[in-house]
Amino acid sequence: MKRWLERLSPGLVGLAFLAAWEALVRAREIPPYVLPGPLLVLQALRDDGPSLLRSLGFTLTITLQALALATVSGVALAVALTWSRWIERSLFPYAVALQVTPIVSIAPLIIIWVNDPARALLVCAWLVAFFPIVSNTAMGLRSADRNLVDLFALYGASRAQALWRLRLPSALPHFLAGLRISGGLALIGAVVAEFVAGTGGAETGLAFRLLEAGYRLQIPKMFAALLLLSLTGIAIYAGLQALSTWLLRNWHESAVDV
Amino acid sequence: MLRLRGVGKRFRNGTEALAGLDLEVEAGEFVSLLGPSGCGKSTLLRMVAGLDAPTSGTLERGLAGGATGQLGFVFQDATLMPWATTLDNAALPLRLAGLAAPNARARARDALRRVGLQGFEGAWPRELSGGMRMRVSLARALVTEPRLLLLDEPFAALDEITRLRLNEDLRALWAEGGLTVLFVTHSVFESAWLSNRVVVLRPRPGRLHADVPIALPEPRTPELRTSAGYNAACRALSAHLSEAMAA
Ligand SMILES: Nc1ncnc2c1ncn2[C@@H]1O[C@H](COP(=O)(O)OP(=O)(O)O)[C@@H](O)[C@H]1O
Ligand SMILES: [Mg+2]
Repeated sequence: MKRWLERLSPGLVGLAFLAAWEALVRAREIPPYVLPGPLLVLQALRDDGPSLLRSLGFTLTITLQALALATVSGVALAVALTWSRWIERSLFPYAVALQVTPIVSIAPLIIIWVNDPARALLVCAWLVAFFPIVSNTAMGLRSADRNLVDLFALYGASRAQALWRLRLPSALPHFLAGLRISGGLALIGAVVAEFVAGTGGAETGLAFRLLEAGYRLQIPKMFAALLLLSLTGIAIYAGLQALSTWLLRNWHESAVDV
Repeated sequence: MLRLRGVGKRFRNGTEALAGLDLEVEAGEFVSLLGPSGCGKSTLLRMVAGLDAPTSGTLERGLAGGATGQLGFVFQDATLMPWATTLDNAALPLRLAGLAAPNARARARDALRRVGLQGFEGAWPRELSGGMRMRVSLARALVTEPRLLLLDEPFAALDEITRLRLNEDLRALWAEGGLTVLFVTHSVFESAWLSNRVVVLRPRPGRLHADVPIALPEPRTPELRTSAGYNAACRALSAHLSEAMAA
């Protein structure tokens, strides 16, 4: 019984909150263009469902593509950075510079340079998703057990063998932690870049729907789009978390169930 | 098997870990290196393994060709790969030598049987006790059928009962023949029971203090631990060790 209650409690809190929200909106007669009640948002979600879902599909596609791109390029750069001090010295400052430059400030340039708007959004999302993967993976590659490093040397392992059998597995938990951060960032990047692109460029992303609904004062629809956006963010995080637990199920403390 | 002449090691930060060490080890010997912590035992073992080079003197190993595979090393921690099963951990040296997986695994299975771990091939390191993990480490060191086995305080972190069992098993593995053992420990009792010769080191910098033959009856049995001869050997070693630490 107590366990049940514990399981249900987040849902109950949510329901109570929604009920209070609806009650407040009705009691105070707050107009829907200021704050729509949850029922109205639900209705907007139903009415505009198909178009919102199409936009969500667009944004999600860009997010996942950016994440895949960030994973491949991020791991590759991390391996290069840890391969030699020389490469690290010469490349790392630029990776940091890229990271500290706010995406909103370079998004307009990217949108100008890259003709295809979907491509431009992809580049923006990739840029913000890239760094956590690089820095976490690089740290993981360097964190291999010293004794194991010695053991590999003792048995005459080549650098490629040490990378494949020791450094990459050692880096896996760190990489996955980076990936979880990057998942959220890729979504934010895709949305922010679309905001910057505004009505001028992109067609159908969720950010565009948000802007459009804002201009037309369709506040319930705006809330519906926001809801979809945060649900997507949560789903991405949960998916990556599940992937991480599954990959580390046999060996890493963070995945071992008690 | 081993010949060290005036071997010294000064680290880049200026620490002199070893100075003027002469030591010879014949093939087939079981030699313990005994000394207080910080007297350079690990440093010496790493140099013998070729993981580090002496800064003075000469170190010759009687290992034909490259030392790879002729030399096994066991660390104080089991030092297993947590992402690999017991079997794959034990097979690692062979895989690194380029053996195909089926072949390497078959030999790893044999090595695990030698250390009493049959039935645990598919277990993950985190599922094993400390003693079992150390056995995997031992199997990994033995899998290449090395001629020289180096152990750096391998059982220091284990409980007493497990340690005694592993001492007995290690001695039995050595008694099968073909193995020269260099065993680092700071335990007088362990070194006396295990070895045929104990080399006592003294600290700051690490130097040879005494080279003590242990003439106890073979085979070494658990009962030996309560015999007068064993007690006398322990007493003698303790005396050497106190001298070494006072020096
Ligand atoms: N890589 C290193 N750099 C500098 N000093 C070291 C290094 N390794 C060991 N030492 C120093 O050398 C001395 C001997 O260390 P070690 O061989 O580990 O002793 P033991 O194994 O007998 O405890 C110690 O004073 C230690 O601090
Ligand atoms: Mg030591």
